[in-house]
Amino acid sequence: MHDALRVLAEHEGEAKVLSGGYSLLPLIKLRLAQPPLLVDIRDVDGLDSIVEGDDELRIGGRATHRQILEDATIKAGYPLLTDAAAGIGDPQVRNWGTIGGSCAHADPSADWPAVLLATRASLVCRSSTGERVVAAADFFIDTFQTAIEPTELLTEVRIPRWPNGSGGAYAKLERRAGDFSTVGCAVMVRFGADGRIADAGVGLTAVAETPFASATAVAALIGAEPSEATFRAAGAAAAAESRPVKDAHGPVDYKRAMTEEMTVRALRSAVGRALGQR
Amino acid sequence: MATQKVQLTVNGEAREADVEARLLLVHLLRENFGLTGTHIGCDTSNCGACTVLVDGESAKSCTMLAVSADGREVKTIEGMADGATLHPLQQAFWDQHGLQCGFCTPGMIMQASWLLDRCPSPTEAEIREGISGNLCRCTGYVNIVKAIQQAAGEMAAGAETQTGSPVAAG
Repeated sequence: MHDALRVLAEHEGEAKVLSGGYSLLPLIKLRLAQPPLLVDIRDVDGLDSIVEGDDELRIGGRATHRQILEDATIKAGYPLLTDAAAGIGDPQVRNWGTIGGSCAHADPSADWPAVLLATRASLVCRSSTGERVVAAADFFIDTFQTAIEPTELLTEVRIPRWPNGSGGAYAKLERRAGDFSTVGCAVMVRFGADGRIADAGVGLTAVAETPFASATAVAALIGAEPSEATFRAAGAAAAAESRPVKDAHGPVDYKRAMTEEMTVRALRSAVGRALGQR
Repeated sequence: MATQKVQLTVNGEAREADVEARLLLVHLLRENFGLTGTHIGCDTSNCGACTVLVDGESAKSCTMLAVSADGREVKTIEGMADGATLHPLQQAFWDQHGLQCGFCTPGMIMQASWLLDRCPSPTEAEIREGISGNLCRCTGYVNIVKAIQQAAGEMAAGAETQTGSPVAAG
């Protein structure tokens, strides 16, 4: 760790961190990135643990998608992460690709950022001079752009534990098995004692220049009773807030319609989990 | 361009080479070591033809740098057969016509071996998910799945024989 951070500091802006490689190497092949120096962190100790504390889940930046997919604590307590991990790439990608690599890379269609936005997670960035914790909402800035500095390493993702009576889910639409999302929607909901939705988070991917949290969808959920009408209203709000572009995955109207649909599906599942947990 | 020395184990044999940092593992295997059984298909991490095992975990060798494999153990299709005796997966692909043009086969077999290592008796759905990162342009998936099922049965029976459990002869 110390050596990796020293190299990043000494070669500020020149060195790129290589984690699983499944994002960075394709970019290098396409000449979209031509880093003079790569720092392979595969053998850096202590970056791949998954630990649940009193109020949050801490996932090491180098934890692979597969580790997250198979982790029993996550399956039991944070099933939306299991949903998301299962849909990432294919088995080979999940064997090597990491949550930190995916977040630092910040592909606008990546799955983890939507999950981190919906759960109100934070990301730990460490440099040779110290550590800072950045909220997911402040981390994903633009396409392939994050708040991480060139001298920093993404060491940990911290996902807050939502209180009892909460549930989350991730719904992803992909054109082909293992593809990036056409639309991905992560949601968290928490019920109050009155049976209404007391708190919620909605994160969307692939339908804007960068994954974003939908404040209007959250507003449509809070105070409402869980019903199809509520889910549709939140889905419509998310779709209105989305800014998709036409590409091989489909035209803008289709993507907006699918944004609504994926939001509805994620909400159905999240609400089911929240009610089952009460 | 400066080179770096990489030392790794390939199919049980210690190998080393001086390589450019940009060299991909698949090129190290094919060009430096002459192990051309590992194929290059799409070169974009999609098709899985270049799948090998690195420290027991399946990887697309077009998406790993050779220098990242330094100190690791790599297994390729050439390491599957025991002399003239085909590996049960190789034999099963033969028996079940699990290949047509054969281009995807080395990657399919390596991915299937990873799958069976972790999940010795997979369901059909688990097999299909397990090879979802490997494309067959001949679309011979039905027979590929059958081949993996045959191999799973034989390998499970073989494992029982080795551990001395009673098993039907033949």
